[in-house]
Amino acid sequence: MINLLLFPIIIPFFFAIVLLFFKEQVRIQRILTVIGLSASIAFACTLIMKVKQDGIQTLTLGSWPAPFGITMVSDMFSVLLVTSTLVITLFVVIYSFSSIGEERERFFYYPAILFMITGVNGAFTTGDIFNMFVFFEVLLIASYLLIVLGGEKRQLRESIKYILVNVISSAFFVITVAYLYSIVGTLNMADIGQKIADIGQPGIISVIGILMLLVFGIKAGIFPLYFWMPGSYAAPPVPILALFGALLTKVGVYAITRTYTLFFVHDLAFTHTILMVLALLTIVAGCIGALAYFDLKQIIIYNILIAIGVILFGVSQMNEAGMQGAVFYLIHDMLIKGALFLIIGIMIYVTGTSNLREMGGLIKTHASLGWLFLIAAFGLAGIPPLSGFVGKLLIVQGGFEHGQIFGTIVILASSLVVLLSVIRIFIYAFWGEPVPLQPTNRKTYKHMMFPAVILVALSVLYGVGTEWIFPYVSDAAHVLLDPSSYINAVLKE
Amino acid sequence: MELLMAIVAGILFTAAIYLILSRSLIKVILGTGLLSHGAHLFILTMGGLGGSAPPVLLDGVTEFVDPLPQALILTAIVISFGVTAFILVLAYRTYAVHKTDDLNSMKGNDEHD
Amino acid sequence: MKKNNVILQTTAKVTFFIIFLFSIHIFFAGHFAPGGGFVGGLLTTGAIVLLLLAFDLETVKATLPFNFTVVIGVGLLLSLGTAAGSILFNVPFFTHAFAHFELPLFGDTELHTAMIFDSGVYLVVVGAAITIIQSIGGDE
Repeated sequence: MINLLLFPIIIPFFFAIVLLFFKEQVRIQRILTVIGLSASIAFACTLIMKVKQDGIQTLTLGSWPAPFGITMVSDMFSVLLVTSTLVITLFVVIYSFSSIGEERERFFYYPAILFMITGVNGAFTTGDIFNMFVFFEVLLIASYLLIVLGGEKRQLRESIKYILVNVISSAFFVITVAYLYSIVGTLNMADIGQKIADIGQPGIISVIGILMLLVFGIKAGIFPLYFWMPGSYAAPPVPILALFGALLTKVGVYAITRTYTLFFVHDLAFTHTILMVLALLTIVAGCIGALAYFDLKQIIIYNILIAIGVILFGVSQMNEAGMQGAVFYLIHDMLIKGALFLIIGIMIYVTGTSNLREMGGLIKTHASLGWLFLIAAFGLAGIPPLSGFVGKLLIVQGGFEHGQIFGTIVILASSLVVLLSVIRIFIYAFWGEPVPLQPTNRKTYKHMMFPAVILVALSVLYGVGTEWIFPYVSDAAHVLLDPSSYINAVLKE
Repeated sequence: MELLMAIVAGILFTAAIYLILSRSLIKVILGTGLLSHGAHLFILTMGGLGGSAPPVLLDGVTEFVDPLPQALILTAIVISFGVTAFILVLAYRTYAVHKTDDLNSMKGNDEHD
Repeated sequence: MKKNNVILQTTAKVTFFIIFLFSIHIFFAGHFAPGGGFVGGLLTTGAIVLLLLAFDLETVKATLPFNFTVVIGVGLLLSLGTAAGSILFNVPFFTHAFAHFELPLFGDTELHTAMIFDSGVYLVVVGAAITIIQSIGGDE
């Protein structure tokens, strides 16, 4: 089965196509989506085992020899991200059954999600820089459909901005690839890494590095390129927001991590210092936003910024602890953001508003929701033994080892702000005088709670079970820190 | 020749940026179209314009053109075709709902809904 | 408002088939010469758009009673199926096969699995372009 590493990409794609034939039968669409995602998860888990045993898996499409064809590469980092993407999507899909509404389900909601997963997994797996552009476009076009789905007035307005920003960033991506191709004459990422090592990263390569940071930074939402994110992400319904918040920004983070560990590693004092400064500024911007807003969605969206800053700070340290922490925290953040968005979705469903000032006293009527939110909030802030703790601890350790005392203190301080921002939600929404609630359906509420509970449980397990998960994370960090193992696996030297 | 092409691509970018900064939505969309055209031309230039014969097909050709940038451009053109079509449909729907194509009046946040 | 489009309508009926045949020619010319599924598909779309200009949406829908979303699905399935066929033979995804055959009428013909892939592309392009045009042209 040499094609195993492609299955998490092909299977969602196949099911997305099949769903196009069942536009009106919502039931069949739901069942097929769940089957497709579960099968993909099974294959992804097999792939993790395979990568753990046999090392990096590569496949060059169309039987072309390696630097010429499009190579797909599964190292531990990408396969872990692929698996968490699929798991989160599965639970968000189950959550949407009772919350997204049949109107949207009929209008290609599930196919769009599956096409988007195809793009996300493809971008995680590909080993070819132009192919990464293509997979970015696949996931972006699907996300354009998702963000505008339903066609509310506000959605239309925000999606125009979202699409324009992304079209321009795609044009920049093409330009960057053109520059890179004119200098190294190859598109295979392993080959590019090797060629840049041969020529020793002259100034022009660093310029390309900054251009790449610009392109992927727009997708990831780093400072000062996050300006579009709070507005656009708040427009679509909660399940779509959960997918975007948990997955799409992380694709940008993955791309930055990959290029900044494989290509631009010969002038760390320049490229990685810029990355670190931007990461810290992202954290500060996120903290300000998370404290300033009284809107549930906005608070969590600004928390995405903080997490991205923390992860990229870990990456920019380029030492073992920092990188392990970044990988660990990346997966933790995908799980916990998915869970938090689902929980605030339930809170919005119950109260009928996303404004904190109009909530209160929910703990009297919805106690389980309150405790679930509290666990997720503690996990987000990184209170031991929950999952955010280990990642942040390693990133902080990496920062101190690298001698970045100031930056590390910013990271530690940001944890307090994160805790404050989510506890503020808890205090405003769950304490105080109860306000009149929306008439809600108890059954729908239970159906919405189920995936949220499972995701929170998974993130708790991820934190408690660090002992078992850590070997995988350290494998992933090892490949990131040692580009030659990636290059050798692809070029088979 | 490369210099000329680079200048042409530059002119396309200039026009694109001018259009993107305007207020009318349809002009902005035309601007993104020009931007991607400029980017495509730029790939062609960056790949090098030397050689005129097609590669692979004929034996004994020494001055052949690099096929890879052309493959990239073809892919990028198809993608920008799809995105432009989508964004035009979206602009039309937005115009129908908002009754304006002035981006200035599409500013705003929750309070303005 | 009823417009008098006799000339356009009469010529469109003929021109449609000319463009359509030309698009088929372009489609088969692909692979070794310029052409292929994408261009062929766009030309076919052009032919259908000509019909849309000459007649109205309802007439064209009655003449070409396809659900174009399904056309996209069939096209994608064909393309994915061709690429995924290589999984059965345990060779890397997208590996194509080709051989020469003696066909009646055509003589020595080279058949290539890329052909099936390209016909998928053709269907996707036609389906997607017409879906977009219908969604704008549909409301007035």
